[in-house]
Amino acid sequence: MKPHRRKKLGSILFIALGLSVAAGLTLYALKQNINMFFTPSQVAGGEVPKGQHFRIGGMVKDGSIAREDDSLSVNFVTTDFISEVPIHYVGILPDLFREGQGIVAEGVVDTAGVFQASKVLAKHDENYMSPEVKAALDAAGTSTEGSLPSEGYKPQY
Amino acid sequence: MLPELGHFALILALCLCVLLGTFPLYGAATGNVRYMGLARPLVAGVFVFIGLAYVLLTYSFAIDDFSVTYIQQHSNTLLPFRYKLTAVWGGHEGSFLLWTFMLAGWMLAVAVFSRSMPIEFVARVLGVLGLLSVGYLLFMLATSNPFDRIVPLPPTDGADLNSALQDFGFIVHPPTLYMGYVGFSVVFAFAMAALLSGRLDAAWARWCRPWANVAWSILTIGIALGSWWAYYELGWGGWWAWDPVENPPLITWLFGTALIHSLAVTEKRGIFKSWTVMLAILAFAGSLLGTFITRSGLLTSVHAFATDPERGVFILAILTLSVGGALLLFAVRAPLLRGRFGFGILSREMLLLVNNLILVVSAASVFLGTLFPMVYQALTDDLISIGPPYFNAIFVPLMALLVLVLGVGPISRWKKTSGRYLTTQLLWVGALSLALGIALPLAVTLEFGLGPTLTVALASWIVLSSIKDAKNKLGNKKTLMAGLRALPLSYYGMQLAHLGVATMVVGAALTSVYSTEKSVLLGPGERMDLGGYEFEFIGAKPITGPNFRGMEATLEVYRGDELLRELHPERRLYLASGTPSTEMAIDAGFWRDLFVTLGEEKGASAWSMTIYVKPFVRWVWLGAIFMCLGGIVAAGDKRYRRALDKQAAQKQTASIAPLEPAEGVS
Repeated sequence: MKPHRRKKLGSILFIALGLSVAAGLTLYALKQNINMFFTPSQVAGGEVPKGQHFRIGGMVKDGSIAREDDSLSVNFVTTDFISEVPIHYVGILPDLFREGQGIVAEGVVDTAGVFQASKVLAKHDENYMSPEVKAALDAAGTSTEGSLPSEGYKPQY
Repeated sequence: MLPELGHFALILALCLCVLLGTFPLYGAATGNVRYMGLARPLVAGVFVFIGLAYVLLTYSFAIDDFSVTYIQQHSNTLLPFRYKLTAVWGGHEGSFLLWTFMLAGWMLAVAVFSRSMPIEFVARVLGVLGLLSVGYLLFMLATSNPFDRIVPLPPTDGADLNSALQDFGFIVHPPTLYMGYVGFSVVFAFAMAALLSGRLDAAWARWCRPWANVAWSILTIGIALGSWWAYYELGWGGWWAWDPVENPPLITWLFGTALIHSLAVTEKRGIFKSWTVMLAILAFAGSLLGTFITRSGLLTSVHAFATDPERGVFILAILTLSVGGALLLFAVRAPLLRGRFGFGILSREMLLLVNNLILVVSAASVFLGTLFPMVYQALTDDLISIGPPYFNAIFVPLMALLVLVLGVGPISRWKKTSGRYLTTQLLWVGALSLALGIALPLAVTLEFGLGPTLTVALASWIVLSSIKDAKNKLGNKKTLMAGLRALPLSYYGMQLAHLGVATMVVGAALTSVYSTEKSVLLGPGERMDLGGYEFEFIGAKPITGPNFRGMEATLEVYRGDELLRELHPERRLYLASGTPSTEMAIDAGFWRDLFVTLGEEKGASAWSMTIYVKPFVRWVWLGAIFMCLGGIVAAGDKRYRRALDKQAAQKQTASIAPLEPAEGVS
């Protein structure tokens, strides 16, 4: 093999090695950071492994929000109109959080069966549902119930 | 009547684009000068008609014509006038019109500022852009016409612009971002023209570089504006969330950054040609991907427009056709683009190659993390999301590596650099950087942290090696002024942009390490401590605005006994849409931001609120400003203009004479 060929081959091998290490590390990091999404029915049905960190999505049940006056704690119930899961959160809720609104929460279920949320998302306005919430309601076959207009939703930039 | 005129103008523009996408390209292929000469006038026509449509839509917003569906959905009689004018890009249809208008603007710029490029090249560039516009206009007319009417009974008032958008950031961020995005279409068209003609030489790189630099600079500032807006408007206290719609601009930016470096090698050394073309295709694909993700509604994000599968499919078709066609052309033509020069293992070419590899790998990993949930859902039906930890885990080490290479690159030499030369040049720079990295954070905070040490060391590494390089360049000149004047503008641009990287590294890393936040419940007169500041809650009072009402709280910030300033966070309720909105109060400073978001009232006029102290956060955007200015300064280098003059002179003698290779300076 000619020297410059060998050099070329060497650098190609080096680059290939570097890329595969990068790809391996990337996939590893990806695997570590996947948040699964579950619906209230799946949670109630015991499909979530114990202690797993996951996302839950559903509607905030009417009349279920209970705030404590002397702290930032809040309890509410999320529902897909078939099953319900109680959620506990400490902190300031997003602007669009309210009863009858679709939300996505991130956290773990504790031993008492309460979802301890570390994050609550309700980014979309009242007419628009996040795909995750919609999927939860679709899965439960209840997406036509509740206060969800089927058209005329407003996009958010 | 006026909206129909706008609609008609779009149809006319489409017809002109069809002509633009065929005759000049055909003319360039067959050497028909008359067909090639059609390109410029056609572009002017396209610009006029799309511009007319844009102006008509804006005017209809201004006069509250709620019989137009799009206006009814995004405006309201009470909406302040500046938002009526800008609500044009408040939703999918109008923002796509803006996008197309921007492309027409770039095309016009190419038509005007290309007087001295060969006509067949200009015809090809504009022809490719014309084809692209055909796709965009067809998409707009078929699936998202902003001029659709509500018949027979128009409503008397509109649903109002989304309250989260009623802000200065909304006025500046989308147009800038789009302009940067669309600018990469121009670079893409340059690359396609090169493939079509089979001619990709130093002269081509010189024509291309200013356009790539300007598009990159505008994209940089567009992303930074979005980050700044999200920071003060969304109120989660961060400046980057790895949101699925934030990511495609970043992917485009990373490819674009690789591209402007690779173009430098193509210009100076005549190599990396096919790689440069590939990067131009990738950057363009990134920009289309951004459109696709925003407009197909496939991913949950703050930016998601209404979900409409038909639109998604259409954009996917445009993406497949343009990028697929480009890749096909690349596969057929790239073998023609052979480089002539070899280079050593240790050389500036090699370091720039490493720079490109790192940038492309980071872009690919961001791409993977962004699209993985979508692919996963398609394969398993399970919904997942990828959290910021993934992106941070990949991105931060890669950027650290990039910064290391950045320090060596400018000092190294083309073709071959000896390891000993680099060691003598950089040994002290490295030692001093490390010393600064250990000493500075320790001196200020009195505790050692690995993160701050590495950050300061890396930033010093960039700054010190830049100074060292400048010193080398100035060392053999008679006087300092003579040396400074002899350096080309592109060198100043490079140094400024690299300084921007250092600034941004400091901002991004130190903010994430030193920021503190606390959610509290405060009654009137109560105080809390955070990060060396004391916040006293005075009280809250009702306020009313033009289209909202709300509550405004007052907080006094003390440092020791000294009153620094008052902060007034608000909570608003927008009347037309009934949506609540939180207005942050920020005390911005060079060294730190103080940041308060108001929660809700809880009994006895106590309010919940979150207070943040964020050191160095401004440096992130300051860095972006430096980078942007650097790119623009470099684009102004006189050698690009000189190249044009030479070209002009040449055109008079022979129409397509081969050009001499680039001079080998810096």
